[in-house]
Amino acid sequence: MSEPRPAARLVLADGRVFEGEGFGAPVAATGEVVFNTSMTGYQEALTDPSYGGQILTMTYPLQGNYGVNAGDDESARIQVRGFVVRELTDLPSHWQSLGRLDEYLARAGVPAIAGIDTRALTRHLRSHGVVMGTITRDESPTEALARLHSEPMYGTEDYVAEVSTPVPYEFGEGADNGDGPRPHIVVVDLGVKRNIMRHLRRRGCRVTAVPSTASAEDVLAHGPDGVLLSPGPGDPMLLDHVVEASRGLVGRTPLMGICLGHQVLGRLFGASTYKLKFGHRGANHPVIDKPTGRVYITSQNHGYAVDGDGLDAAVEVDQVHLNDGTVEGLRHRELPLFTIQYHSEASPGPHDTEFLFDRFLESVRDEGSR
Amino acid sequence: MLIIGSGPIVIGQAAEFDYAGTQACKAMREEGIYSILVNSNPATIMTDEDIADVVYIEPLTVDVLERIIAAERPDSLLPTLGGQTGLNLAVDLAEAGILERYNVRLLGTPLESIRLAEDRAEFRALLDEIGEPSPQSEIVEDWDQAVAARDRIGLPLVVRPAYTLGGTGGGIAFTEEEYERIVRGGLAASPITQVLVERCLLGWKELEYEVMRDGADTCVTICNMENLDPMGVHTGDSIVVAPSQTLSDRDYQMLRTSALKIIRALGIEGGCNVQFALAPRPDITAWPGEETAEALEYHVIEVNPRVSRSSALASKATGYPIARVAAKIAAGKRLDEITNSVTGRTTAAFEPALDYCVVKIPRWPFDKFAFGDRTLGTQMKATGEVMAIDRTFEAALGKAVRSLEMGGRSILWEDPEWVEDFPDDLPATDERLWGLLAALRRDIDPIDLARRTGIDPWFLERLGRIVALERRLLSEDLTPDLLREAKRAGFGDAIIGTLADRLPDQVRALREEWDLRPVYKMVDTCAAEFDAVTPYFYSTYEQENDAVPEPDRERMLVIGSGPIRIGQGIEFDYCSVQAAHALQAAGVQSILANSNPETVSTDFDTSDRLYFEPLDEEAVRDLLENEAGGGEAPPSIVQFGGQTAVNLARPLQLAALPIAGSSADAIDLAEDRGRFEALISGLGIPQPPGVAVRTLDEALPTAETIGYPVLVRPSYVLGGRAMEVVQDEGELARYFAAALQERSGPILIDKYLEGLEVEVDAVCDGEAVLIPGIMEHVERAGVHSGDSMAVYPPQSLSDEQREAIVDYTTRMALALGVRGLMNVQYVVAPEAAPQGPGVFVIEVNPRSSRTVPFISKVTGVPMVPLAVNVMLGRSLAEQGYESGLVPDRALVAVKAPVFSMSKLVGVDTFLGPEMKSTGEVMGVDHDLDAAMRKAALAADLAIAPGTPFLLSLADRTKSEAVPLIHALHEAGCDLFATEGTAAMIRDDLGLPVQFVTKLLSRGRPNVVDVINDGSVGAVINTLEGGRPSHLRDGFHIRRSATEMRIPCFTSLDTARASIQALATPGSYSVRPIPDYRNGRTG
Repeated sequence: MSEPRPAARLVLADGRVFEGEGFGAPVAATGEVVFNTSMTGYQEALTDPSYGGQILTMTYPLQGNYGVNAGDDESARIQVRGFVVRELTDLPSHWQSLGRLDEYLARAGVPAIAGIDTRALTRHLRSHGVVMGTITRDESPTEALARLHSEPMYGTEDYVAEVSTPVPYEFGEGADNGDGPRPHIVVVDLGVKRNIMRHLRRRGCRVTAVPSTASAEDVLAHGPDGVLLSPGPGDPMLLDHVVEASRGLVGRTPLMGICLGHQVLGRLFGASTYKLKFGHRGANHPVIDKPTGRVYITSQNHGYAVDGDGLDAAVEVDQVHLNDGTVEGLRHRELPLFTIQYHSEASPGPHDTEFLFDRFLESVRDEGSR
Repeated sequence: MLIIGSGPIVIGQAAEFDYAGTQACKAMREEGIYSILVNSNPATIMTDEDIADVVYIEPLTVDVLERIIAAERPDSLLPTLGGQTGLNLAVDLAEAGILERYNVRLLGTPLESIRLAEDRAEFRALLDEIGEPSPQSEIVEDWDQAVAARDRIGLPLVVRPAYTLGGTGGGIAFTEEEYERIVRGGLAASPITQVLVERCLLGWKELEYEVMRDGADTCVTICNMENLDPMGVHTGDSIVVAPSQTLSDRDYQMLRTSALKIIRALGIEGGCNVQFALAPRPDITAWPGEETAEALEYHVIEVNPRVSRSSALASKATGYPIARVAAKIAAGKRLDEITNSVTGRTTAAFEPALDYCVVKIPRWPFDKFAFGDRTLGTQMKATGEVMAIDRTFEAALGKAVRSLEMGGRSILWEDPEWVEDFPDDLPATDERLWGLLAALRRDIDPIDLARRTGIDPWFLERLGRIVALERRLLSEDLTPDLLREAKRAGFGDAIIGTLADRLPDQVRALREEWDLRPVYKMVDTCAAEFDAVTPYFYSTYEQENDAVPEPDRERMLVIGSGPIRIGQGIEFDYCSVQAAHALQAAGVQSILANSNPETVSTDFDTSDRLYFEPLDEEAVRDLLENEAGGGEAPPSIVQFGGQTAVNLARPLQLAALPIAGSSADAIDLAEDRGRFEALISGLGIPQPPGVAVRTLDEALPTAETIGYPVLVRPSYVLGGRAMEVVQDEGELARYFAAALQERSGPILIDKYLEGLEVEVDAVCDGEAVLIPGIMEHVERAGVHSGDSMAVYPPQSLSDEQREAIVDYTTRMALALGVRGLMNVQYVVAPEAAPQGPGVFVIEVNPRSSRTVPFISKVTGVPMVPLAVNVMLGRSLAEQGYESGLVPDRALVAVKAPVFSMSKLVGVDTFLGPEMKSTGEVMGVDHDLDAAMRKAALAADLAIAPGTPFLLSLADRTKSEAVPLIHALHEAGCDLFATEGTAAMIRDDLGLPVQFVTKLLSRGRPNVVDVINDGSVGAVINTLEGGRPSHLRDGFHIRRSATEMRIPCFTSLDTARASIQALATPGSYSVRPIPDYRNGRTG
């Protein structure tokens, strides 16, 4: 048995309090509280930059079962502000495990809380919408609430600036199956996950990530054969500069947008975006591909969505979410440009839509041979 | 659309197929498709006439199916819901050209895929083609080839000789020496000198994925499951958790992707189950898999291209109704066109997200078969299973153990022998879970345990948490914090009481004082992401309660029957389901509690509210208190869930919780020997003389007075557990020694009357007593009623005896104060009664019985709804029924038991007072012979004309067997017989007979030889009495017959009935069940 854990609480901005046990770093943290329904993949989620500014709870109650390992980090650090679980495993078991989840969080300075009725929390978020919250050990609920109200709201912060790379770099991780000509893909890093770049490399690409602040000229200066706008955190309405940069890329290079990248391109083509009540976060989201009638199970992590109504006639909504009809994919009728709201790179989640990277690279090759 | 059921319940094919078939029929109805159902098992909900449009209760043979197809002319056949039975029958129908002849389309799984999944070599070829790994194997015909195979594949290796029975001569070789010995032995044992050498994956992790695919090629995973027991133990015998616990997302998705690839390659439209072996942690195994930087080696082990036991479990574990969706896909729907009936607003095209942990534990029959081989391997031995849900593994496990209803075997149980001699290697048996806990209590390191057993250390560490909490409860004061922690880890009040030195009720009182009550969470397929409409709940110790009661409605709780076990089978689930439906029909909210994932009762749309909970006092009181919500608790119906539910009557009454129907006192009156005797002697109803005793000193003189043979049994029994016919003092002493070790409580000693056994079920409203029919047993008293063939209507009762049965039943029901159902067993023994009809009461059960579905179906009297309405205050008269026996219908129906003995090595198969059968079939027709013939066909007891018989008869039965022997001879059956029997046939009857010795050491051919080499096709073997030496003699005969799957009759009565059916060859009818009842012929 491990040491008993200290008391801690999660205080929500609407006043609801959940009592539990603290683990991870002994600090307080504030963020928008969101839930994810994936049953595996906590390490990938914790390091997903799209969770910047958020406190994450996993609806699956048992966390930490298989420890943490060397290959599952999706970025250079833990991105969530805090982590909320029902049950933490002290003694993980897995062939790749290098350590315990609680120590991993502690090392990264991220606080977490266990013993929470995470189903009650999820139901609360589902019915009231996502809300700001704070994890604290020493403060009373009233003190924590007062502090929480003095801190900035999630929607007002530009988390992209925080998670994006400050300088361009070439991504060198993972298998490189490059034989023959290597298409050069520039990834506009709005909070990119490594697995996107791994997928590109596995398909023989050279991959360069550039900062979110890069202009169209900056991007084109790298001589890309294709450009991918990555996922990332926060409200796409804060990203006018990325929309503008993208405008300079359309028609000049094949484009793929994932998640926040999709929203940015949606805005570029005249759509507005809006905040979902509690978002889509999980590995079981059904998306129907309208042309084929086939349904793909997708991995998702987004709080904002594209409103298809204002879209330019040049693009069509070719994929929608089966549950709520939200826009899941856009396709340009003429140009090699498509976007997806979900995460074809999975990690965590099903691998059903990995073929979209192939589709993107096909358009890159077609364009190259033109 | 024609739907084939799975036939009788046997080990490996149980209630899950009733659940699947029922769901499919309901789905067809929703789609407006006309459904035709055929099954031989009357104890199923699917064979209720309101489930499918036409119901045939007929043997599942090609001949019968062809006649149904010819009569009904279905467009299509859905074979994937009736287990392997349904699938095999579909293949047979296709191969016989019948499907083509009648232009019937096979839905769900292509014929080619059914064959492919069965054929090892072809399946491997398919996997190779799509790049999915399967264990390497090679066929070897001499030692040189064997060496080459070993060098290519590497040790350890599984060696399987070709064409030997039960895998004789095979084994697992870990070393080169072992390999040489086993291969050489296997080559010698194989009649074609051939062995299969296969990569050994023993100890690898075993995982299962349930996947679905529709016509648009959309594929989804419903659930993945991880076996706690690694490869080597049949998944049906493994403790299983859902979702997987020790897989990272990378591992999880790797196997998911593989499963989807396979369902696509097989072209299945519907559901499919894929089993995988995944390399274990390298540090706990002697033979790790290969790992690359990204992934661990895995192999595809098996595919079931149909709905299975695992898919039933997955449906209950996730709330996703696999069979229903599979049926709709077969009918042409796409997944995204099918509504997710749990949320009501999303579709079936998604993957369920669980926010809880599910644990399944098998229920094994070794409490009944103490001498059976308890080792678990590739042959499944469990008869049923329980499932429990909670928010942690420990809590779900604790509740699952409680759900097993294993009497004294709580999670704290240890084999007394372990004190002296602890089995360090912890072999895979039904006791291993308890062994693991015991090992942890002995401070054996979890990693060390993992190395010994192959069980992932994660599970052992969690078990270690349970043991650590046990220690705290033993040593620390019971504080609110400690009690809360124990409850959150799944400790029952009784366990906490044992450890913390308190009574269970005191623990409950403390919980009330400290406000520690369970809340109930919903199983909603989506981890609370959407508002769900289907109230399917499990308990947990957390903050928020999803199961808000609806006290303004009239409500009743139906207590189910728990895991399927010998003596308490699917019949009771049938009754529970009908009860829930009857309540709904009466406008009353039905609340159902059960712990069995295989059944229709735990389908979320069977009742208005479903609690998936252990059926013990604590859990039922807790859920009733939740339903009470501070007010009045709804009444509980305890008479449909077998002994499990009836046993709760007293505790509920003591807790001042209301019981619907017969009161706890009425139940006690029937079950308490002393009170019952006083009651019926007051009524002047005869019963065999008998007395309840507590010690052998009391028993000996009592038995002497009553006169041997006597029937002995514990007072509260289930399925004749530990019931025996005892011939003399010595046996009585032996019985007592064994019985007293197991439990305390009185032992009943009755005069054993060897007469005709008769059984009735009745409904009583306090004024009228309705008896739908009388059933006569083929076997004489002494064979457990559950193992007897029963015939309706009775064939040999006099009018006087019938009247006596009706009269006694009526008066007893009224005197006991029965409100609802009652079952009475009589023995008719005129020679034992100097005057009067000679009818004696043997047993009264104030509850539903095993025969309720059978008698309801053959008579058309809906017993369960009648009983439920009685409980709701509607008299029988108001429901249109009057007191007395319903006139016999113009049909004859035979209920025949079905055994699973070939799966239980070491279990003696003779029929006696202790029940052994696992299921039943029905043969119904216009006359007895045809009904009997169909029952024999359906029960696999059919004997072809001219079948050679082996006879080995006890002296006391020889003269009685004479007409039977003549009949066999006349039917052209060659006779083989053992010493005394052969002498009798040759010398006394003057008939030809071939002598075979029963002494295996003395000459050949012996009895086992003639069975094994196929010289005989059926066996009649009667027993001398309880004497052990004779038992041993006949044991080889009976086991060999069982393993060769040939009929083995241990009762002359059964043999006579089966042979009579053989002797009068003729046709039988094939008709929907109402046609027989209405006397429609021609």
